[in-house]
Amino acid sequence: MHTENKEIITRERLIRLYEKNRSFLAENDTAILAEKRNSAFESFVRLGFPDTSMESWRHTDLDESFMRTYDYDLHPGEEVDVQKVFRCNIPHLDTAVIGLLNGWYVSKDVPLMELGNGIILGSLAEARKKYPQIIEKYYGTAADDATDGFTALNTAFARDGVFIYVPDNVKSPKPVQLINVIHHEENLFLQSRNLIVVGANAKLSLVHCDDSYNHQASFSNIVTEVHLGENGILDHYKLQNLNNNSTLISSVYFKLDAAAHLESHYISLNGGMLRNNIRLLFGGSHGNANIFGLYLMDRKQHVDNQVFVDHAYPDCTSNEMFKGILDEHARAIFNGHVLVRRHATHTDARQTNKNILLTDTARVNSKPFLEIYNDDVKCSHGSTTGQLDTESMFYLRQRGIGEETARMLLMFAFADEIVTKISIPQLRQRIEDMVKKRLQGELQICEQCVLHCSTPEHPMEFNIDLTKI
Amino acid sequence: MLLQIKNLHAGINGKEILRGVDLEVKKGEVHAIMGPNGTGKSTLASVIAGREVFNVTEGEILYNGKDLQKLSIEDRAREGIFLGFQYPVEIPGVSITNFMRTAVNEVRKFKGLDPLPGGEFLRLMEEKKRLVEITSNLTNRSVNEGFSGGEKKKNEIFQMAMLEPMLAILDETDSGLDIDALRIVANGVNKLRRPDNAFVVITHYQRLLDYIVPDFVHVLFQGKIVKSGGKELALELEEKGYDWIKKEQEA
Repeated sequence: MHTENKEIITRERLIRLYEKNRSFLAENDTAILAEKRNSAFESFVRLGFPDTSMESWRHTDLDESFMRTYDYDLHPGEEVDVQKVFRCNIPHLDTAVIGLLNGWYVSKDVPLMELGNGIILGSLAEARKKYPQIIEKYYGTAADDATDGFTALNTAFARDGVFIYVPDNVKSPKPVQLINVIHHEENLFLQSRNLIVVGANAKLSLVHCDDSYNHQASFSNIVTEVHLGENGILDHYKLQNLNNNSTLISSVYFKLDAAAHLESHYISLNGGMLRNNIRLLFGGSHGNANIFGLYLMDRKQHVDNQVFVDHAYPDCTSNEMFKGILDEHARAIFNGHVLVRRHATHTDARQTNKNILLTDTARVNSKPFLEIYNDDVKCSHGSTTGQLDTESMFYLRQRGIGEETARMLLMFAFADEIVTKISIPQLRQRIEDMVKKRLQGELQICEQCVLHCSTPEHPMEFNIDLTKI
Repeated sequence: MLLQIKNLHAGINGKEILRGVDLEVKKGEVHAIMGPNGTGKSTLASVIAGREVFNVTEGEILYNGKDLQKLSIEDRAREGIFLGFQYPVEIPGVSITNFMRTAVNEVRKFKGLDPLPGGEFLRLMEEKKRLVEITSNLTNRSVNEGFSGGEKKKNEIFQMAMLEPMLAILDETDSGLDIDALRIVANGVNKLRRPDNAFVVITHYQRLLDYIVPDFVHVLFQGKIVKSGGKELALELEEKGYDWIKKEQEA
């Protein structure tokens, strides 16, 4: 039996499940991958799940998420009407849209696309079979199975997810859109695994969306490894619009070779319990990483951004800027940790976290933290939390702008500092639109961030007119 | 009567600043309010505009016969009251274009008018920019962000020109301006003078009144208007200094 229904999530349940399905899980593993899986399992047995006694989990209590019952499938469910789930036409396969449904790669007829320029795009499960050398070279080398219980658990159970490979010197002509949709009749636990490799002098834009389709509860433990080769460029967007019953543990491990450049944008628009583990390692000198975050939370939503940047080589630049607006009883955590190692001279590292609390009951815990073992560096960090500026409110209202509209203008202006950093124009407009809707309380959880709905028959237009907000 | 202030007492955090102000402004008039620092000039401007940190404890303000205290900040603005800020606020992320379009259209909506079409709005912007000699393309910049003192004040007059208020209160619009910027700001105001609107110009110095010639000059001292006269009062003040007023009051 590869499926379990309606059980709560415990360390014991998962250990039992793993032992029962050990050979099934590893059926397509090479010897090296099987060994990784096994040792990850051993780690999980040792580590278990994190709890609030651990520093990085002090403010994020998952008890409520664990105590729900979930179905857990170790293989894809029955075929679903993909078009219905994605609400609009899945375009032809030569366009770069790929989808995961409940953690499984959609479009079984073509599980792996090999584009003319050498780019490979598709199911990780299929890539494990077809490209074992590439997989062995990268898979599990950036992820931390040794100390992170969730990541170890993911590696132990990983079957499918997305694989993207951009060979050396190839620049992906259009952004790849990865849509991760959860849609299930019962509560669902899922663990998908993504591997993204951008070669030396290669370039990729990746839009990675986490969306819900209904209000059913879910618990996702997703691990993504990203390798950027020398001089490689990745423009990365993580967009989260999940329902209030969703728990998402998203761990992304970036490894940057020399002179690689990363732009990463984390836009959290909705979600009951969101945890973003962002871990970045400079694996060569002259790397450059900008990590931006925007979270707009209300009700009892919880978002926890943990950003760890390891300056292991000299002459690297990192810049983190996370901004959030919290309403009602929402809660946000920002932990930024920059480690500058002894030999990492000329490191330039910045961390900023800014929050606006709209109510007395919204809360923020912000801890930018620098750990520096080299004298010849430029590092700064800062954190502010406050209300909407009363002077600005008075100024806007004195010009005849109503109180609600004035609040919207100021909130949007605050968020816009992050939104303007999105370099794909259509995406920036789309996100701008979603942010405005979100601030007005009109964003639907099924409103997906994807751009592919814009088919010639139904052009999608966004009326960006601030007078309407 | 456009504005009628009767025995106005107001303060902040329990501290009384205005102690019985009386003032009447008719359409077509320009009033100057002068006085030493800390006598309540800016408080008076803020209270008329409805700034919430100030409490009115006694007296009333009538605007076109309506009790202003019953109106929100934005409704006062929509009824035609404009405050030129002494320290215009910087609002990063809000462009002047969007700010003004939102403001103009909210005022229009209040008056039962349709929003101004985009092209017409932009033409209006260009026309009003010329009025205050704004040549740079600061309209696509964030509101007041990184503006020089002179640019900020020009921007206030520009906004006033866009909104065409009935009653404009200019709070020390001349402070921090060099002579050229002062001339531009004053010219802007003079071009906007009409028989059906009025200006209350708050200033510390007589200098501005060489350019914007007032019909009446009032001296505010310790929260009260202690002296009123024609434009010659400003010259007398310039000559004798505020000590003259202080001595008179103490006598």
